[in-house]
Amino acid sequence: MTLAPAVTTLDTLAAGQSATVIHLAPAPVQGPDTGVDMSRRLMELGFVPGERIRMLKRGLPGGDPLAVKVGETTFAMRRFEAALISIKPE
Amino acid sequence: MGAAEPQVQSAARTPLIALLGNPNCGKTALFNRLTGARQKVANYAGVTIERKEGGFTSPAGQSFRVLDLPGAYSLSATTPDEAITRDVVAGLRADEQAPDAIVCVVNATNLRLNLRLVLEVKRLGMPMLLALNMVDVAKKRGIAIDTARLAQELQMPVVETVAVQSGGEKALLNALDAMAPGQSVKALPLAAIDAVTVEATQREVRRILDACTSHANDTGNLTERIDHVVLHPLLGPILLAALMFLVFQAVFSWAAVPMEMITAGVDAVGQWISAHMAEGMLRSLVVEGVLGGVGSVLVFLPQILILFFFILVLEDCGYLPRAAFLLDRLMGGVGLSGRAFIPLLSSFACAIPGIMAARTIQNPRDRLVTIMIAPLMTCSARLPVYALIIAAFIPNRDLNGIVSLQGLVLFILYFAGIFSAMAVAWIFKRTMGANQQQPLMLELPSYHWPHLRNLALGLWERAKIFLTRVGTVILTLMVLLWFLSSFPGAPEGATQPAIYYSIAGMLGRALEVVFAPIGFGWQICIALVPGMAAREVAVGALGTVYALSQTGEELATSLTPIIAQSWSLATALSLLAWYVFAPQCMSTLSVVKRETNSLRYPLIMAGYMFALAYAASFLTYRIALFALG
Repeated sequence: MTLAPAVTTLDTLAAGQSATVIHLAPAPVQGPDTGVDMSRRLMELGFVPGERIRMLKRGLPGGDPLAVKVGETTFAMRRFEAALISIKPE
Repeated sequence: MGAAEPQVQSAARTPLIALLGNPNCGKTALFNRLTGARQKVANYAGVTIERKEGGFTSPAGQSFRVLDLPGAYSLSATTPDEAITRDVVAGLRADEQAPDAIVCVVNATNLRLNLRLVLEVKRLGMPMLLALNMVDVAKKRGIAIDTARLAQELQMPVVETVAVQSGGEKALLNALDAMAPGQSVKALPLAAIDAVTVEATQREVRRILDACTSHANDTGNLTERIDHVVLHPLLGPILLAALMFLVFQAVFSWAAVPMEMITAGVDAVGQWISAHMAEGMLRSLVVEGVLGGVGSVLVFLPQILILFFFILVLEDCGYLPRAAFLLDRLMGGVGLSGRAFIPLLSSFACAIPGIMAARTIQNPRDRLVTIMIAPLMTCSARLPVYALIIAAFIPNRDLNGIVSLQGLVLFILYFAGIFSAMAVAWIFKRTMGANQQQPLMLELPSYHWPHLRNLALGLWERAKIFLTRVGTVILTLMVLLWFLSSFPGAPEGATQPAIYYSIAGMLGRALEVVFAPIGFGWQICIALVPGMAAREVAVGALGTVYALSQTGEELATSLTPIIAQSWSLATALSLLAWYVFAPQCMSTLSVVKRETNSLRYPLIMAGYMFALAYAASFLTYRIALFALG
């Protein structure tokens, strides 16, 4: 247990790997016109601390966008969104 | 009349139930199952979000009104859709009666996501009922759900439904009878929802799932295995291109027979009328004006239905969000938000719903760029124009046994539209300044077989829209055009057909000065003018113009051979290039004015599209003239 991998963010997870959500960083300050609290939204979609997730596919080139499975649902997201989610890879 | 009034009053008190659920839970299929054809589709006041209401009678004879609310992941709304759902449920919309009961529709194979919304809504203290939908799929997969226990945990009735099966709504109807909603219960303030954090709600969901469900025998579904190929970085895009290519091939090869039947039918009617009606103005109006014009547009119904058949099938089986995933790099590369995909895709049907769908994009700059490029997507009104010219000028030849030249040209025209839209988006983004990244957050739902009933309903809807347009806008314009093309009549000793001397002829000849450099003669110029009301009218107008231009005794109502004779190939290609951009669509420009609340953007749009169209046609015409000698 002491050798558990270090906490990282979802955008670095390789395709096919699983992880557990640890924490959601508050979204970086955006312009006044965005109007969305991205962290809150991600939580509403199921990215809640404690949930297991799995990276299904990464696009080419640059691994963007990502297809991530949380629970029974698959979501597509861009890398900078995934970077808000701290995870512990398995 | 006085006796009828109390009845009206009691009808007004018919209990209203609202269907509420996550996107992709089968809520709309359940709504269709409950109400059948008895639906009223309108917009919520002030927004362009569809409001669907219907009615049904329960086995106990009680009538119900039912409202299909927009799908939502949460009641703490992020999108305008979710805001509508929240306000209706909480009884905050002045123009909408608060529902008497809420039917929460959940996808039985995905309770982990769906139950969170149920718990949120429960905090409002309204009478509620849970419809465990797609329970057949869950059973097939081996997911065991203890509904009695679930009802106990949630403290609300739980019924199993299969929206896609006849009779799959029975349990819900019985439960509604047992519940007998009627006394209005006022919802608690929305603050009750935020009283519990998302984390705490999810803990509660996990606890309930552990108590009520078992995934021990879950065999999983095919979705992940299919996605392994469909979302593959290399195979995915190839598959997408192949699929799109197949669609355009089918538009030509499948439609040939029904199109010939329509042409033959219109011809037969024209000949019958010619034989039974005295020669004169009225006969000319009916045969040349109405049949010549309307008939030449009507013939494209099969092609439009085939195109929508594919779009509906791909949408129903869950492929479209995958296409958005595959194209996201491209969209992001030119600075568009991932959410722009859906408005742009709708624009293939018509730019107007596409431009209105751009409201789901939160960033105003992003929304504006999406609106500005939406009309570059090839709308279905351009299809008749393309199809007419391609059929007349591009030989129907197999290139290698599978690929036909006509389908290939159509594919290229659609691609040219997409490519120029991306280029224009890139330029707009550059000129409007730097921009931060836009979120995507798009659900990729499980695949399932398309449902024939939904497919048939969707195609019927499309056919109705097209035929209504043919019967109203297009027919009116054709009659008007016939008058303008018939008066004043030809002078004594005229050498040209009568239309040459008419008002329309004069207008066409005046415009010819502008359009001659790109190869358009006065007949095409006449057709471009009514084409501003609706693009496919140009085809009908050409039909009328050429029917009236004919001098011979026999009268062909079919347009293809006539234009094949009278245009050069360079002119035909130039007109195709013109319609890739085709700025002239009044309804699109007026919607842009309404949506952006300024005259500036519709003017910019008309200006840049006209310039692109003229430039593209000029180049095409000149290169074709040069290449063809």
